[in-house]
Amino acid sequence: MMNRQESEQLLQCRNLVAGYRIKSGFVHAVDDVSFDLERGGFLGIAGESGCGKSTLAFAIMRLLKDNATIENGSLFFKGTDLVGLREEEMKKIRWVDISMAFQSAMNALNPVLSIGEQLTDVIHAHGEVRQSEARDRAIEALKLVDIPRDRFNSYPHQLSGGMKQRVMIAMALILNPDLIIMDEPTTALDVVVQRTIIEKIQELRKSLGFSVIFITHDLSLLVEISDTLAIMYAGKIVEYGNSDELFNMPLHPYTIGLMNSFPSLTGKITRMGGIEGKPPDLLNPPEGCRFHPRCPHAMDICEKSCPALQKVDPRHSVACFLHKGAENL
Amino acid sequence: MAYFARKIGLLLFALFVAVTLNFFIPRMMPGDPAQDLMDKMQGIPLESLEAIKAAFGVDSTDPLLLQYGKYLLNLIKGDLGISISRFPTPVGRVLQVAVPWTVGLMGTATIISFFLGTIIGIGVAWKRNTKLASFTVGLFIFVRSFPYFWLGLLLIYFLAFRIPIFPLGNAYTPQLERGTLEFFLSVVKHAILPALTIVISSMGAWILTMRNNMINVLAEDYITVAEAKGLPLRRIKTLYAAKNAILPSITGFAMSLGFVVGGGLLTEMVFSYPGVGLMLYQAVQSKDYPLMQAIFLFISVAVLVANFIADIAVLILDPRVRDGGK
Amino acid sequence: MFRDVFSLFIENRKALIGLIILAFFSIVAIFAPLIAPYDPKTNKVEVLSIVEEEIGRTKTVEREEIDEFTEKRVYTQSITTTYEKVTTKLPLNAKPSRNHLLGTTRAGQDLFSQMVYGTRITLAVGLITGLFTTLLALTLALVAGYFGGIVDDIISLFTNVFLVIPSLPLMIVIAAYITVKGVIPIVLILGLTSWPWPTRVLRSQVVSLKNRDFVRVSRILGERPLYIVFREILPNMISLVMASFFTSTMAAIMGEATLEFLGLGNVSVVSWGTILYWAQNSGALLSGAWWWFLPPGICIALIGTSFALMNFAIDEISNPKLRKR
Repeated sequence: MMNRQESEQLLQCRNLVAGYRIKSGFVHAVDDVSFDLERGGFLGIAGESGCGKSTLAFAIMRLLKDNATIENGSLFFKGTDLVGLREEEMKKIRWVDISMAFQSAMNALNPVLSIGEQLTDVIHAHGEVRQSEARDRAIEALKLVDIPRDRFNSYPHQLSGGMKQRVMIAMALILNPDLIIMDEPTTALDVVVQRTIIEKIQELRKSLGFSVIFITHDLSLLVEISDTLAIMYAGKIVEYGNSDELFNMPLHPYTIGLMNSFPSLTGKITRMGGIEGKPPDLLNPPEGCRFHPRCPHAMDICEKSCPALQKVDPRHSVACFLHKGAENL
Repeated sequence: MAYFARKIGLLLFALFVAVTLNFFIPRMMPGDPAQDLMDKMQGIPLESLEAIKAAFGVDSTDPLLLQYGKYLLNLIKGDLGISISRFPTPVGRVLQVAVPWTVGLMGTATIISFFLGTIIGIGVAWKRNTKLASFTVGLFIFVRSFPYFWLGLLLIYFLAFRIPIFPLGNAYTPQLERGTLEFFLSVVKHAILPALTIVISSMGAWILTMRNNMINVLAEDYITVAEAKGLPLRRIKTLYAAKNAILPSITGFAMSLGFVVGGGLLTEMVFSYPGVGLMLYQAVQSKDYPLMQAIFLFISVAVLVANFIADIAVLILDPRVRDGGK
Repeated sequence: MFRDVFSLFIENRKALIGLIILAFFSIVAIFAPLIAPYDPKTNKVEVLSIVEEEIGRTKTVEREEIDEFTEKRVYTQSITTTYEKVTTKLPLNAKPSRNHLLGTTRAGQDLFSQMVYGTRITLAVGLITGLFTTLLALTLALVAGYFGGIVDDIISLFTNVFLVIPSLPLMIVIAAYITVKGVIPIVLILGLTSWPWPTRVLRSQVVSLKNRDFVRVSRILGERPLYIVFREILPNMISLVMASFFTSTMAAIMGEATLEFLGLGNVSVVSWGTILYWAQNSGALLSGAWWWFLPPGICIALIGTSFALMNFAIDEISNPKLRKR
């Protein structure tokens, strides 16, 4: 049952639960996560390492394997629930409508094939295409990311880090998807190159119109480019909403901590912030609010129950007893 | 091309060392092989005795360095000396007859073993968690630990003695005429058991190596990316996984090719197969030093060359090496 | 840290099986005299008993042949006593039976006893050679890998060159030239031909560890090389060293068996390899005496398997990707 507003949403994540089954139990890497992404929108997901961001990305692509599974929840993509979709059906969506740009500093490119081959084989895998046409399309894609055509036959090790990342982006958009998930695309690159990549992504978004889910631990990157922001902690979304509002008025202590963690280039010199403690064990998360052991404002209630994500504004929700939710108990 | 130059340099240096070792070892060992030689040659005419002495380099009247020089010179001329146990056949001739048998048998067996082993290794890694995979791996761990000459004995016992399907030894039935179909079939029949011995005992190593490599490769991100891209399974298995996994094996394969010549010794002994290995053993038994030296040298050269070929193969297959060298 | 590795090891089923097999053979080797019913080299059993006290000189009182194998002789010795010696010759080339669990050789020696005693030599040679090779390789690897430069170049050069020289022919040629035969020369020959491979493997690990950040930090801090090598590099290589040790030991056991089989060792020493040598030389195969050549091969295979299993376990422990999911 979807109203008209909801049907403009490209992706609707509802109460998703996903993680890893190990000998001693189930690790809830994604614990009851919900968000919306409209067509052409840019959702940034920020959080520390190990908070479940990558699991979320893989879950959306239905790439979880072996002992990693989606336990519960729904992922409505253009009206269809991806969770529980048969693999043959998912294959038609994967990479064609939703694709992913991996962190290419890790070994995301096959070392023994040229980048041209790695681009054309995607095209060939999704339809009968003549070799020459596939090659042309690949060269087009490379052009979009500012890689000259004479690099078509280069091997990954012959490219710089920034170029490799751009190849990954080209690979992700070559079939013209509606949504591209970017998992830490700039993490291993230096700031200057980061900048170029981010600008390129924005430029491509304008011209091709795809939506982006951008996953990172570096909140500062998301400042200018995202429309919506989701802050993840220990498998849960603790703050969510329009990014301008979140930046101007962060509510959750964790968000505030994250924002204090990068220095401003202007203004007074202030003490560097930072968040004490370390991320919790997702196998046995703390009772109550997962952040309470590290929270400077923790109250009694925080130890006992876990706050739910509640709207404080039409475009701003937070999961914290400081702001709302206490009255519901 | 620095990689290439380095490898050639290494090859030449190693050849040099092998040749030199071959010269110096007999002259350094305790015991006096020269004297043994002399004692044996009691009833031989003087000229032949002189020839033998020269061939073996027993002309110890010359200073060592001069002997060494003569030795190198002889080598370049292709003169390997005269065999004592098969007097007056020159060593070169003995080798000429024996080499094809060894290369044919061992070469074929090693290649079969490599291919079968690699393919099974890929399969076992791909379907890791099945019972069949575990069983296969366990089986080959066990089989690989058999001394392979013993395996040969076992095969002879069961398949040639108890149930006489295959012949007990030798390379062919002597009475048959060469060049005929019968002869060819006889050669094949005689080669099956020894080849089987080698294949069974060495396949295990390939299976395990390939399996390990594949498992490591399959955990890499580019495999996940390939699956996400929706590539057909076959392409992932071959161009993404296997092509990367096989690289470390190639060097190993070439090294084993080198051992084709040397390692077949025990198999040839057990099966009385007239190859280089058996010649070496017989040479050792009869203290035929010129033959021993020549065979050892031949084996060393073969190994070195095979190794070199392996390095070149890696150069061709791995684009990373082409550019910088590892 | 050792305790962690140890308990991980024990928990792994493969390692456990391997360890049990090894333990079994070790026990057999250690307690050989208690387990073997006969002396391995003898082909007869003599039972001496005292019949009565009497004074006189040595004199055979009577001699009786009890059956084709057994003879009884009663004799006296000067001044003291009358002895009775019953000599039972062991059957020749006998199939396994209650008296002879693995049968006998053509010369009438009990094979079960031979196998039991042979375990000692086989295991001893294997372990000692394995230890020797591993220590040599480790030393060379640490020196070459850590100090780099010219030292590394020279050591690597020699390693690479000797690596390619085929070991079996080399062993045979050396064994043919030396006149002293015995166990020690075999250990030396085996050790000297098998050091290159582990040296190369260990060295590349040393080099890769040396370039890791934690070692570089130590060097910058000015720690002494000895400290860095023994406290930072070496502990991270334990699993590799152990794997090398197992591989070298196995290779040594095979090598020993091979050399003995070829008759290049001391064939009067009882080891599994010499048993095979005598089996082959006495035509055991063609006379159908399967009990002669089957047991040594199977036992070598079992020990080999045990080492291979333990190696597998070490691989799995140090490389989590290889573990069963």
